[in-house]
Amino acid sequence: MDKRIRTRLWMIAGLVAASVAALVPRNTTQRIIDPATGQLRDTTVRRVPINLGLDLRGGIHLALEVDQTKGPVPDCADAIQRAEKVVRTRINEFGTTEPVVQIEGKCRLIVELPGEKDPARAKGVIQRSAFLEFRITDMKGVFKDALPAIDAVLRKAGIKARGDATPSAVAQLFGGDTSKAARDSAADANAPGVLSSLLNQGPTVVPGEYLVPEEQWALVDSLVQRPDVKTLIPRGIELRWGAQTGAYGARMYRPIYAVDSRPIITGTELVKAAANRDPGTNQSIVTFQLSRRGARIFSQETARHIGDYMAIILDGRVQGQPPVIRSQIGAHGQIELGSKPLHEASDLALVLRAGALPAPLTIVDERSISATMGEDSINAGVLAGIVAVGLTLLIMLVYYRLSGALAVAALALYVIFSLGGLALFGFTLTLPGLAGFALSIGMAVDANVLIFERIREELALGKSVRLAVDEGFKHAMSAIIDSNITTALTAFILYLVGTGPVQGFAITLMIGIFASMLSAVFVTRTFFLIWLQRRPDMTTVSI
Amino acid sequence: MLRLFKDAHYDFIGIRRWAYGFSALLIIPGLLWLLATGLNYSVEFTGGTFIQLTTKTPIGTGAIRTALINGGVTGADVQTFGSETEYAIRARLSAELAGTEAGTEETVAAVQRALDAGLGTGTYTIVRREAVGPKVGRELQEKALIAILFSFVVTLIYLAFRFEWRFGLAAIIATGHDILATIAFIRYLNLEVSLVVVAAVLTIVGYSLNDTIVIFDRVRENLRKYRRQNLYEILNLSINETLPRTVLTGGTTILTALTLAFIAGEVIRPFSLVMTFGIVVGTFSSIFVASPVLMLIERRWPGQDARGVRALGTRAPASQLAPTTPTSSPSPRTPQPAR
Repeated sequence: MDKRIRTRLWMIAGLVAASVAALVPRNTTQRIIDPATGQLRDTTVRRVPINLGLDLRGGIHLALEVDQTKGPVPDCADAIQRAEKVVRTRINEFGTTEPVVQIEGKCRLIVELPGEKDPARAKGVIQRSAFLEFRITDMKGVFKDALPAIDAVLRKAGIKARGDATPSAVAQLFGGDTSKAARDSAADANAPGVLSSLLNQGPTVVPGEYLVPEEQWALVDSLVQRPDVKTLIPRGIELRWGAQTGAYGARMYRPIYAVDSRPIITGTELVKAAANRDPGTNQSIVTFQLSRRGARIFSQETARHIGDYMAIILDGRVQGQPPVIRSQIGAHGQIELGSKPLHEASDLALVLRAGALPAPLTIVDERSISATMGEDSINAGVLAGIVAVGLTLLIMLVYYRLSGALAVAALALYVIFSLGGLALFGFTLTLPGLAGFALSIGMAVDANVLIFERIREELALGKSVRLAVDEGFKHAMSAIIDSNITTALTAFILYLVGTGPVQGFAITLMIGIFASMLSAVFVTRTFFLIWLQRRPDMTTVSI
Repeated sequence: MLRLFKDAHYDFIGIRRWAYGFSALLIIPGLLWLLATGLNYSVEFTGGTFIQLTTKTPIGTGAIRTALINGGVTGADVQTFGSETEYAIRARLSAELAGTEAGTEETVAAVQRALDAGLGTGTYTIVRREAVGPKVGRELQEKALIAILFSFVVTLIYLAFRFEWRFGLAAIIATGHDILATIAFIRYLNLEVSLVVVAAVLTIVGYSLNDTIVIFDRVRENLRKYRRQNLYEILNLSINETLPRTVLTGGTTILTALTLAFIAGEVIRPFSLVMTFGIVVGTFSSIFVASPVLMLIERRWPGQDARGVRALGTRAPASQLAPTTPTSSPSPRTPQPAR
């Protein structure tokens, strides 16, 4: 076989392989709320990695703005940034996979919660005003002392320790198979503690801080929520999760903190907070100012706690690593972040402000779609797509015969390319996107039609088959390129200007245009080259 | 072999006045109607509430309407949505609430209260709800307009670069014609203008340009090839040469759009209907609007070789294609190449 053809075939094979590889179903971890226990747990689902939009999988879409009805808010961009911080902190409460929290434009916050069914609950969680508090961490290590007792209780309850629990351990935990586990418990008496084995000490020792591997987050959370465990947590101590995960070595960890149950001060006393760089030491710092009443309380408390660590807790989540109290602090204080970058200081200042000034959010756009309706839409859309493809194939086969069959083969590759492209670039498929995809199949044959008509014309002029095919491809090219580029430009503008579903449509249209040019121009041409090489003496062509 | 429109030589340009008349008849009443009554915008644009619900039994729109009115929600529009157990309720913002974002949420709550009281909780399931504040709606309208205008500018620049500005202008005028015709069509069928329908209109912009460019590409080629033909003949020749492609591609795309309209469900139907019409009118305008307009532009602002002027100066009778310039070749179907 001709070297040129071989190179082309390798390229096509490579593209097909890449597209298929992008489409192979794979395991994804979903963190969902168990309907039976109301607790979060991880499940593993095997699915084709194409992101489905809310209109296809069901869920809630909210657009929020700062409420300006009770007087104008001078800096809505700052207010919406604080709101984003707050909503992100709370997002785990929903137990949704792939939630979206993003700022659109300057002053609008978009929240998308796939799979969430209850708009009232979602709105309640999001619109609740933020609560900031400072609490001293467990300096005496009383929680650590209580760990053996907790481990013993858990062992008695039939929960086995796992050095390296997989998500299935979580499933087993809720599977209700406790009788068997109870039988095994005697043998496990000397095994490492159920809970304590999951809590690691970090590289920098902050009293009361424990690191939990991210994949066991849901497991630990469900363990510490158990009523029998709760009674064993020492009085005056509560557990709070950290808001951010951190990487230590190769693994991701989420910190959990044992903190005093009584806050030394709450965000209502905070007046101002700002990120700065200390001009003397060039360290990142956050400066804050308290109200007069707050300053009085704070100076008393900090005087008692010099040398202790103070967790900054927003909506029940510890933000950043707790700083140490170096001296008595009055109305003006500063938190030193050492060599950490300035943006971390800005984040922390944002957290403090979020707790200080509750800016009410108002919902300006709300959509919720049930999962069943999304499923119906997918089914109808896929059926329509199949019928449309079938009709198009029939026309091509009847009209262009054997050449039509080549085009049909190229069209099959087109479908694989465009789906692969959707998966590979992580674009979201929406209902209009599905329609755009079906539509682009109708348009995908256009390039082939242009080429085939041109070949027919060249043949009618009395040219040889080989020459007619060559010229046909060559002359059809300018029309194909110009027409497709203008359509792609329009689609691109739709993408730039549009929102949500329209953007999804524009993306599928763009991918479709690219894939159709690839399949019609490159793939069909290769097929023709092979065909002509197999039958060099061909005097008529089935077109 | 099966070959449609083999060696066609219809005088498309000759019947352009009939086509103009047809377009005017299609567009003008629709636009007048539109000016009188406006379009049926979805709540996405007006602000308000859309609730789609399924009921266990086909209770009828009357029962829902009564429940809403008894619950104090007046002016809501209730329709069946695809089947007898699916209903769509559209409650646009009432005048006194329209200015405030808070009004949106109040409307949702009021509709739900009214349904719970009138139908009983549990007899219906809400499968989709949208509540859009008036501000978002206004922004969407602006964005859609910007998208269309912006795409025109970009296309004009691209075509000016690839062809010349005369072609670009003609293509844009044809596309503008298609948009007006589509808006008239939306008015005639009283389709609801949602974001998705706007997306359909913008796709039509793309398709119409695509179709026009295929013909213009042939015109560009033929202008280089046949130096002795006037523009009138070149246009007719190019349209006829590309006619099989026009019919075949248009056919497959229309079939796809119709399939979507009939199979893909109620949500996407307005989109599919608009698409179907748009493809038909886009194909029509490439032949009967874009090409004659290109000729008019040539006459008004003649190009370098002034072929446009000659084209109109020597207009052939509609029935006969033979050019009257003494030097030109006898038939556009067997023209002599310039060199």
